[in-house]
Amino acid sequence: MTNISRRKLITTGLAATAGIGGLAVASRLARRYGLIPPDNGGVYGPGETMTYAVQKLLTRHSMAREFPRNMISKAPFANAVAPPNDQFKRLQANAFSHWRLSVDGLVARPGSFSISDLKSLPFRSQITEVVCEEGWSYVAEWIGTPLHELLNQVGILPQARYVAYFSLDKDWWDSIDWADAHHPQTLLTWGMNDGDLPVGFGGPLRMRVPRQLGYKSVKYINRLTVTDSLKNIGKGLGSPEPEFGYSWYAGI
Amino acid sequence: MSAASPLLISAAPRHTRLVRVTHWLTVIAFFALLITGAEIVISHPRFYWGETGNVNMQPLFSLHIPSSRDTVPTGYRYVMPDQNGWSRSLHFQAAWLAVLTGLVYVVFIFFTGHLRKNLLPAPRHRNWRAFRIVIARYLRRAPTGDAEAHSYNVMQRIAYLAVIFVLFPLIIWTGLALSPAFDSAFPWAVNVLGGRQSARTLHFFVSGLLVLFLVVHVTMIFLAGFWSRMRAMITGRAALPPEKL
Repeated sequence: MTNISRRKLITTGLAATAGIGGLAVASRLARRYGLIPPDNGGVYGPGETMTYAVQKLLTRHSMAREFPRNMISKAPFANAVAPPNDQFKRLQANAFSHWRLSVDGLVARPGSFSISDLKSLPFRSQITEVVCEEGWSYVAEWIGTPLHELLNQVGILPQARYVAYFSLDKDWWDSIDWADAHHPQTLLTWGMNDGDLPVGFGGPLRMRVPRQLGYKSVKYINRLTVTDSLKNIGKGLGSPEPEFGYSWYAGI
Repeated sequence: MSAASPLLISAAPRHTRLVRVTHWLTVIAFFALLITGAEIVISHPRFYWGETGNVNMQPLFSLHIPSSRDTVPTGYRYVMPDQNGWSRSLHFQAAWLAVLTGLVYVVFIFFTGHLRKNLLPAPRHRNWRAFRIVIARYLRRAPTGDAEAHSYNVMQRIAYLAVIFVLFPLIIWTGLALSPAFDSAFPWAVNVLGGRQSARTLHFFVSGLLVLFLVVHVTMIFLAGFWSRMRAMITGRAALPPEKL
């Protein structure tokens, strides 16, 4: 009897040691390959981290589904947005000709770009689905400047790892990792369905990240910052969403 | 399993430790998924078929409940408290628990013979007659025989196999199909279901079937003797006194 329990004790001990050792190695590897999301703490940190790590590895070369033109939704839903503030109204009165997108942070040539500056860069049109975390969705054609084209213009410094983007609407911002920032479908969107991007859908300028849920596609973008860490922005969680229980990474 | 060797049977647990641990982990994950899934549905209690669906489109059907978002027309004058934040986080964390537990369980039942011995119906029971006998016994409310104290009958086996190999894979698949990142890597996963909104509607229906299983499962446990079955799933021992084995 004692032999069996001793053997059991040793086996359990070895298994536990192997488990803890495995976890330690996994965590070091995950850190090294950038598989830890900024909101990895708290009760739901383990789930967030596993989802981000696995989906990041699965989607390294993947493209969001694109649809044929006849699948463009006839009745897209703009979702409720706060009434525009005075600054927005003034810019709207001039047909957004004074709208600027400023770019700062770890870039060689910080600057600011008007919508027509952006339009002079190579652009891309894609028919993708907007997927809301509530469950609804629609398909639209989105036309815009791929974020990586703008990043090439300003010159990225080698230590850069994330891009944070800010709305003119106060306290509305988000951020994406390097893979999404350089993804060909991540668009600084200024057109929708063959026209200018309507205000309800985020016009004049919206970040579209089609491999993630709609809430990552922040409307009314007027500033980008390139950074090596999200710790110093807001509460350091990568976006305001984790403060309300939502994941920073919204691939699911 | 025959009751030919009483000593041997009374020494063997009704449920092995791995079955008991994975059972209760699944219970925890299932309830977390069910409650948070309901909370997420409340934010848009409308279901569609095809790729897209939103409040500007005709739903396939709607649940007649208030919503936690004021953009959804429900006919109710009030908006429920919004619980999506923690519900989504817990839903995915519990999904990880369910999937990992399920993987351990499935590997275990393949390699230990639990699947072959206790879950696949014995060759002599793979016929309608075996079903009829079990159903007739249920309908007569006949007491379970000695053999059943340590083995599943053919109806139980089919129900468990359906949950393990049909409903669980389906709920995982339809759930993953709702992830835009997963769909970018595996577009067929959502396309063969008929589109994103079809996947969401199917996810809802499959969860309904799992709840149906839960209701029947718990009902049968009450009919069979709640404490004896609970004791068996917690301690592993069947509650029958040794002389009855």
